[in-house]
Amino acid sequence: MRVLAISGSLRRDSHNTLLLRAAAEHLPFGVELELWEGLREVPPYDQDDDVEPAPAAVAALRDAVAEADAVLIATPEYNHSIPGALKNALDWASRPYATNAFRGKPVAVIGASAGLFGAVWAQAELRKVLAAMGARVLDGGVAVGQAADKLDADGGLLDEALRERLDDLLGALLAETQPLRAAA
Amino acid sequence: MSTITQQQVGLQVDAPTGTLHADVVHSSLGFEVRYMGIALFKGVVKDFGASLVDGKLGGAARIASLEAKDENLQAHLLSPEFFDAERHPEIAFTGELVRVGNGVEVDGQITIKGVTKPVILRGTLTGPVTDPYGNARYGLELETTIDRTEFGLDWNADMPDGTKALANNVTLRAELSLVAAA
Repeated sequence: MRVLAISGSLRRDSHNTLLLRAAAEHLPFGVELELWEGLREVPPYDQDDDVEPAPAAVAALRDAVAEADAVLIATPEYNHSIPGALKNALDWASRPYATNAFRGKPVAVIGASAGLFGAVWAQAELRKVLAAMGARVLDGGVAVGQAADKLDADGGLLDEALRERLDDLLGALLAETQPLRAAA
Repeated sequence: MSTITQQQVGLQVDAPTGTLHADVVHSSLGFEVRYMGIALFKGVVKDFGASLVDGKLGGAARIASLEAKDENLQAHLLSPEFFDAERHPEIAFTGELVRVGNGVEVDGQITIKGVTKPVILRGTLTGPVTDPYGNARYGLELETTIDRTEFGLDWNADMPDGTKALANNVTLRAELSLVAAA
């Protein structure tokens, strides 16, 4: 089983990318976390360019989402909302709307910020966007505020309560990939 | 124009016994919901079956056969924000048909998106007529109104005046041509 991890931050030492690396440590044996690293290459969305073949970075993103069993997105918060680059990539991925790769895909949203609130508003907006795209969006997230103190450089999440929340969320995400078991 | 005399069950005949199946080509299943406060949006579900067995009405419909005029709307209606057709491919109903005054009621349970709730359908039962193939045939028209949010169909959007774009109350309507099993 494979979970595609998307960081909404381009920064080399991004807290959100670190948070995704931490998430990898919380997945059970046999579940692979693949970090998508193509965000910088996605061009600005332009409907004139939204034709086949899609720009290479866009096609790669769509394929990666389609091939994943679930998606985990970690978002920073810019001006109380989703970073432009991440939103732009999702806008590309949402096309064509009726058959886009996110449709029906289990997706969980988490976030980290230098400030107190752990990108909670960006997470809420991201869940709204993903639901509009037709994804199977999990309720709730994980908000890592004051991330510099809670994430170590090796990708460890140091806060015990947050570790438990991440465990719960990832458990719910994996359960969504197996609906018969989830419904039982 | 010729006139077909229809007998209403409540007036003249009892509810049919035995087994009747819906002639689905000549039956329909639909819904109506107020959109943006003014217009009535209607949809139909094409793929369904229904039967009436000794007064017990049962039916099921494949929600993926819901017809919208736009593929994007269709995709939205089938998504987890609405019916979640991937996880809950069928809607279903069972109930007991009884005479009430000049009409009929079906006191039963409806299942939408995996949620089962009691519901009463009201309408009319007409017939029987003998169809050209020699079978007894009844017309059963039923409707009820449900609150879609009780079934987890919660999507909405704000209008500029702060009201919601989509009403919560949805009228469900079935027009069935029921044929006695030969």
